[in-house]
Amino acid sequence: MATNKLLNRRIFLGALFSTAIATGPVSAASNAQAEALVSKLVGEINTIISSGNSETAMISDFESVFNRYADVPTIARYALGTEARSANSGQMDRFTNEFAGYMARKYGKQFRKFVGGAIEVNGSRPVKQYFEITTTARLQGQAPFEVSFLVSDKSGSLLFFNMYIEGINLLLSERTEIGAILDKNRGNIDAMIEDLAKAG
Amino acid sequence: MVFNKVKFLFAACALFAGCSTPPSKVVNDPYEKTNREAHAFNKALDKEFLRPVAEEYADIMPDPMEEVVSNFATNMSYPADVLNYLLQGNLGQAMFTTNAFILNTVFGLGGAYDIAGAHGDRPRDTDFGETMARWGVGEGPYVELLVFGPSTERDAVAKVVDFVIDPLGSLLNTNQKQIVRLTNTGKVLSTRMAYDATIGGVYGSADSYAQARLYYLQNRRYTLGIKPPESADPFEELYGNE
Repeated sequence: MATNKLLNRRIFLGALFSTAIATGPVSAASNAQAEALVSKLVGEINTIISSGNSETAMISDFESVFNRYADVPTIARYALGTEARSANSGQMDRFTNEFAGYMARKYGKQFRKFVGGAIEVNGSRPVKQYFEITTTARLQGQAPFEVSFLVSDKSGSLLFFNMYIEGINLLLSERTEIGAILDKNRGNIDAMIEDLAKAG
Repeated sequence: MVFNKVKFLFAACALFAGCSTPPSKVVNDPYEKTNREAHAFNKALDKEFLRPVAEEYADIMPDPMEEVVSNFATNMSYPADVLNYLLQGNLGQAMFTTNAFILNTVFGLGGAYDIAGAHGDRPRDTDFGETMARWGVGEGPYVELLVFGPSTERDAVAKVVDFVIDPLGSLLNTNQKQIVRLTNTGKVLSTRMAYDATIGGVYGSADSYAQARLYYLQNRRYTLGIKPPESADPFEELYGNE
């Protein structure tokens, strides 16, 4: 009975989805919406930077921003790479959770050094089936540099799924890092998650 | 004299012409074993020597003095940049960099003050590695050089060439060259501290060799305007391609 219901729902959703593909545009979101999302995101980051709060406070503020604006489960799955296939759902949940904390610590930690700096949005363009929003980070004592955010609504809502900092692909860096922590733990996913909880 | 060197370089470059394909993978690293040894050395050198000295330098030197030293070193790198831009056929950047050099040298006390930068953008720096890339030379395998750090086969060769063709080499006397060398050292130390957080992040990661390699290769291609290989775009793996 329950299976039947689920099956029906799946068929219904499937049908809905294929209609969307047949009739609708590739992406329901517009370039302007994607740019507005990044403007809001950048605004929140600038507020954290100029708050002058303690490192711990900045990290937890950034974690909340990261969870609201990024497609965290998808990013975490990518960072885990092929290992994601052998992980069970409990491991995936714990990993995703620790990954968000690790990202917040790793990047949030830098924010104190950004005091007096700000990020501004330059423009956006559609690429394949997503949007690329280009921004410039102006930090004290450094030449301005380009940060671009990639935004998609494929997860069901409009979220960013990758970032390039002066050409450096954030997801590739994190897949390399998670892979290295896994190697150190001889491929043991649970031990890797434990290390990740302390990393960043 | 310089012209003869340039002719030689054109000839040398023809030898490389066969490998002028854009990168198909993010990382091409057949020398990984020796590269990792160089990395371990460089990391230790940074920890034991470069970073402590850079920290000391930043402490002792007042910030405006540090800036004067770095400005002077940057201004002295402009003639070599102009030469490379000319070799690349980039007349616009060659002119822009020449103007900055003249402005800073004449009105900025020999380059101590960045007059040109204060009135607009600073010229983007370049090197013979970029020149070779413009001539169609592929980057070749990744190499981590002792002391100099991450590079590629092309950029490592180009580093030697840059040293040889620097116009200052034939224009300055021994004392003047010594001053340039000293200010270059100061600039290296200031730069080390300016990027302390980033460098610390790389060295603190689970595999700092792999992170440094990834940072360098992607950032270098970005600077040269070379698109990353298609396989580096995670979109399809994340969301499929329907």
